Amino acid sequence: MGNAKLWGLKKSPWVFHLAAAPCNNCDIEILDLIAPRWDVERFGIVLIGSPRHADALLVTGVINRKTLPRVLRVYEQTPKPCLVIAIGACACSPNIFTPSYNVVGPYDKHMPVDVYIPGCPPKPETMIMGIIKALKRL
Amino acid sequence: MRRIVPIGPYHPLQEEPEFFKLIVEGEKVVDLEINIGYNHRGHEFISQTLTWDQVSFLVERICGICSDSHPYAYVLAVEDIVHITAPPRAQYIRTIIGELERIHSHYLWLGLAGHFIGYNTVWMWVWRYREPLLDLFELIMGNRNHYAINKIGGARRDILPEDYPKIEKYLDLLEKKNTMFTNAILDDPVIRARLENVGVLTKEDAIAYAVTGPTARGSGYACDVRKDDPYDAYDKVDWNMVVFPEGDVLAKAKVRLIECHESIKIVRQCLKDMPDGPIETRVDEIPPGEGIGRHEAPRGEVFHYVRSDGSNMPVRHKVRAPSYMNIASNVVAVRGYSIADAALVLAAVDPCYCCTERTFVYENGKKKYSGQDLLRLSWKKTEDIKRRYKK
Ligand code: SF4
Repeated sequence: MGNAKLWGLKKSPWVFHLAAAPCNNCDIEILDLIAPRWDVERFGIVLIGSPRHADALLVTGVINRKTLPRVLRVYEQTPKPCLVIAIGACACSPNIFTPSYNVVGPYDKHMPVDVYIPGCPPKPETMIMGIIKALKRL
Repeated sequence: MRRIVPIGPYHPLQEEPEFFKLIVEGEKVVDLEINIGYNHRGHEFISQTLTWDQVSFLVERICGICSDSHPYAYVLAVEDIVHITAPPRAQYIRTIIGELERIHSHYLWLGLAGHFIGYNTVWMWVWRYREPLLDLFELIMGNRNHYAINKIGGARRDILPEDYPKIEKYLDLLEKKNTMFTNAILDDPVIRARLENVGVLTKEDAIAYAVTGPTARGSGYACDVRKDDPYDAYDKVDWNMVVFPEGDVLAKAKVRLIECHESIKIVRQCLKDMPDGPIETRVDEIPPGEGIGRHEAPRGEVFHYVRSDGSNMPVRHKVRAPSYMNIASNVVAVRGYSIADAALVLAAVDPCYCCTERTFVYENGKKKYSGQDLLRLSWKKTEDIKRRYKK
């Protein structure tokens, strides 16, 4: 790492929210991040609408057979280098959904993951901490 | 000329993956095709691999927004097999959490509805007052979401008497703010113009599509499990069912706002009347048999069916979530309106794909946008409306 893009990424990371098959709670908590109490837009973290503009992917939920090709396509469309931040227990490992016939494993089986933020759902403070840790590593 | 506007499965305005094909003629939506199933995780199958007590944690993870409703219906179903009822204190605790969850869910919808019509002020304000409620959940149950209060035979945690004043204090704040939101939203000409007479679902259609919850009550069809088949403390408190006959999006918003008032009323009475005593009945064995549980979730009726063969795991567990029926009704509600209204109409039933897709879903659809186009259209329309109302 250490090229210009990574240096730029530190300042104002634009994040794309990628939900594979979540229960919605992690997603709602991500939206909570932009709501007034946490308001991460203060730090230049902006939730954007297209993976093509994203510096980081916030991934939630387990991946199932139907979403896997779509998730991989979104990952391919994201300009590299990009950060992949796995939010929630589901994204870190399929845990309770392991026995399911439709679940094809956690994100790190399919793409490199930079930060794992466990919790079901992680509190918004934890998410901020995770994103900051990821940025510090750059 | 007919054109197809695809939306999804990953789209800026959606949190959950789902795919819609809007069939449009100019700006008019003439039909809608829905392709869902992106969220299928096989809950009913996993349920058969877990023990009775573990299943309540699994069903909680069906949906994060109704994370009290599914375990609630599940424990009612298992209690139906065992033929027990929870002790009175546990019943009151469950009712309180159920109602607080309703407030949190309706606020979430209100915020997102504001977001969908491009009125982010509403979103930010409403979500700001949702936060203290999540703090309250954290105080009572230790987690902001996924609270795990329901347990077969009772409640997992008690509400401590020293927490009552905190809950009361929040209810006072909420009551004021809810009145403010109700007045602000009903008085705002722009919001009114965007919501009134949009996405009308007639009573006949509501019945034909078997919709439930605020979607049905906003179309003049009075159905509410809490009144029709009361369980726990719902028949011991005094509250009213909120029904509006218009069937448009505004009516659904009104139902939800006024329901929040009713929920505040229920929680207050529950806190006042809460009896002392144990919070759970010990259940050692689940005998063979079948049971059903119904709970009025924020979006409508949640129904769970469980069958036991006397072992430590369910042999069959069936879940029916309210959005399953509600989403289908959008096909009629959205026809004939413009693309700009479609997003809102589709969101008006407060769809929850997580709930719906946990099992197999073959068809149904709703929601449509064409991203920036849609936003631009909606801004333009808002401008037009403002101009019209200024005159
Ligand atoms: S980690 Fe928990 S809250 Fe997050 S998507 Fe999974 S089940 Fe839901």
